[in-house]
Amino acid sequence: MDFTFTQDQLLFQSSVRDFLTAEVTPERIRAGWDTASGRDPGLWHQLAELGLTGITVPEEFGGLGMSELDFVLLAQECGYVALPEPLVHTALVAAPLLRQIGGELAGSWLPGIAAGEAKVVVGLQQNLLVEDAHIADLLLLQREEGWYALAPGQVELRHNESVDPSRRLYAVEFAGGAQPFATGDKAAELTAATLDRGALGCAAQALGLAQRMVEMAVAYSGDRRQFGKPIGSFQAVKHLMANVAVRLEYAKAPVHRAAYSVANGEPVAARAVSHAKLMACEAANLAAKNSIQVHGAMGYTWEVDLHIFMKKAWALANAWGDTAFHKARIAADIFADGTALGAGTTFAPAVPDGELNPN
Amino acid sequence: MDLAYTPKQQAFRAEIRQWLAANAPAQPLQSFDTAEGFAQHRLWEAKLNEGRWGMVTWPEEFGGRGCDLIDWLIFEEEYYRVRAPLRVNQNGIFLLGPTLMEYGTPEQKARILPKMACGEEVWAQGWSEPNAGSDMAAIRARADLRGDKYILNGQKIWSTRAVWADWLFGMFRTDPASERHRGLTFILVPLDTPGITVRPIPQLDGLPGFAEVFFDDVEVAVENRLGEEGAGWQVAMATAGFERGLMLRSPARFQETARRLVELYRANRASADGDPAVKDAVIRAWLDAESYCLATYQTACRLGQGGKIGAESSTNKIFWSELDQNMHATAMSILGARAELLPRAPDAAGVGTWLDGWLFAQSGPIYAGTNEIQRNIIAERMLGMPR
Repeated sequence: MDFTFTQDQLLFQSSVRDFLTAEVTPERIRAGWDTASGRDPGLWHQLAELGLTGITVPEEFGGLGMSELDFVLLAQECGYVALPEPLVHTALVAAPLLRQIGGELAGSWLPGIAAGEAKVVVGLQQNLLVEDAHIADLLLLQREEGWYALAPGQVELRHNESVDPSRRLYAVEFAGGAQPFATGDKAAELTAATLDRGALGCAAQALGLAQRMVEMAVAYSGDRRQFGKPIGSFQAVKHLMANVAVRLEYAKAPVHRAAYSVANGEPVAARAVSHAKLMACEAANLAAKNSIQVHGAMGYTWEVDLHIFMKKAWALANAWGDTAFHKARIAADIFADGTALGAGTTFAPAVPDGELNPN
Repeated sequence: MDLAYTPKQQAFRAEIRQWLAANAPAQPLQSFDTAEGFAQHRLWEAKLNEGRWGMVTWPEEFGGRGCDLIDWLIFEEEYYRVRAPLRVNQNGIFLLGPTLMEYGTPEQKARILPKMACGEEVWAQGWSEPNAGSDMAAIRARADLRGDKYILNGQKIWSTRAVWADWLFGMFRTDPASERHRGLTFILVPLDTPGITVRPIPQLDGLPGFAEVFFDDVEVAVENRLGEEGAGWQVAMATAGFERGLMLRSPARFQETARRLVELYRANRASADGDPAVKDAVIRAWLDAESYCLATYQTACRLGQGGKIGAESSTNKIFWSELDQNMHATAMSILGARAELLPRAPDAAGVGTWLDGWLFAQSGPIYAGTNEIQRNIIAERMLGMPR
């Protein structure tokens, strides 16, 4: 039993954090809002140079060959800076999906992802819209009857504006005649795994977003003075932030467990992911709610940077499965006959088979 | 990261499971806040100690097994799984014990820990005073050094288990000119010393789970001082850290409550679903109990690799105490009109022990430092907000 990250994983996180906080400033994010694509090819190139676009691409295709568990701490850092570029989507959704599909599609596209030259985006029916479809070189789309791989020329996009100006969402339609590359059970497997990876990415980013919002509100409460002292010295303000810290603290381990679960194909992976997403997005929503309150009227302005992070948190809370979906998955599991609950059931196999049961 | 138990950990689980199957009481003991129940629980502590299960993390020389925190979590899981008796000496084994390991002299450890481990000496806490609750630094009870003895005068209150306990550990002001957290000293007091009056205080369940303790020229040998004179605050904070932190409330307790809540909900779904908030609350109970378990394992692993418990441990106490309240409130909703019935009421079939748990859950956000004090600590020490 070792529920810690390795020194290498922690060092990687720390160096990525240094890079992202230096490069992905609120000013740079705001600049992107006014461009047609909303995307920054220079930044993507930098991320590729660091190996990040190919972090989960197998080494044989030029990537770093790392797992969802290796990436989860980096996804937190992407949340911390509210990174607009689709790094989490690429590393946690697109590349692992191609890896899972294998064959020619994987061989054709994974090297380009690792090199930062190709962008692959994934759309699930669950998601209603497709993130970053406008910059895709390849779209992998799930429909009722199966999975399709489509070139940009085969699809029609309809832009849908999000509350988060960094998010670019598209309804994607394509003409009949396209053949699904996967159907039936194979398609269902791809869909289930993709949904879990996407939801895990939301959960990890939510941790970083919550952390960032707390830090911003704490800093503001130290600067802003009323009644002759910093408002952060008032207990009513302190407790707003402490309440976020509590929920955030207990959202971390479930996210890390979910990453481990996904990376290792644990049978409880789906439940672990739903658990992680519910906890982390709830913490991020609470961070948004209490941080805007601590900022007062300033928090309600376009000028103060808080909304960059609040809006991403709000968007992610219902992306890749809304709360109803994830709660229903938890309920289906814990209310089912034969599900082992209670002390000693968190990690498998906690209970050696049969022979020891005193009851 | 490797979230599988090692064969050694599996074998440890098997060993405690077998021992509990053979030794845990088949029927629940009476409450340890009754004279008979206290005696029953003391005997149970002796039995646990015979199996060297009293405190598995302690060194072998003091009756433990030298286990790490993961083994301790496994022990707790198996213990709560069979609803083994609550630990009557929890003030001793979970709070004073670890403090003694850190601050005690070799003589103190050798004298106190083995008797603590076997339940021969049960410990009460003596921190709060009528005017020193959340503001613990306002302590006024005095200890004046005369020769090789301290003379204690003053009053303690809310001393858990003090009615039938053998010893009390507490903080006393040794420097009468001192203020706040300076000049305090941590002293261990036999409760049968002349000059001590223990006045029981009935709790919400009507039983005297805590007491007022009056000190009237009570003589205590200087060997019973823990740590240096005047260093009481520092020693007590170590205890508070253990209390808020891992030891006092392991996740197993809450996971079992969550499991029973799921069972209660499933058994009463037809009526419970009339209030849509109930199902959501049951799901949340499972989510939070499981989160608490995961976070505790993560912390235990981090500590096992040399990490330290920091101010984030204040989040722990808020989390489990509010979880416990929420779970019991949900159970009361599910039980509906039966919720108010004592288990002995003739028409109380199926209410189980939820009412007892509900009453006790009310104390969680208050004891071991109120949740408001914990929130201040989180804001100031963890988040760095201004005092």
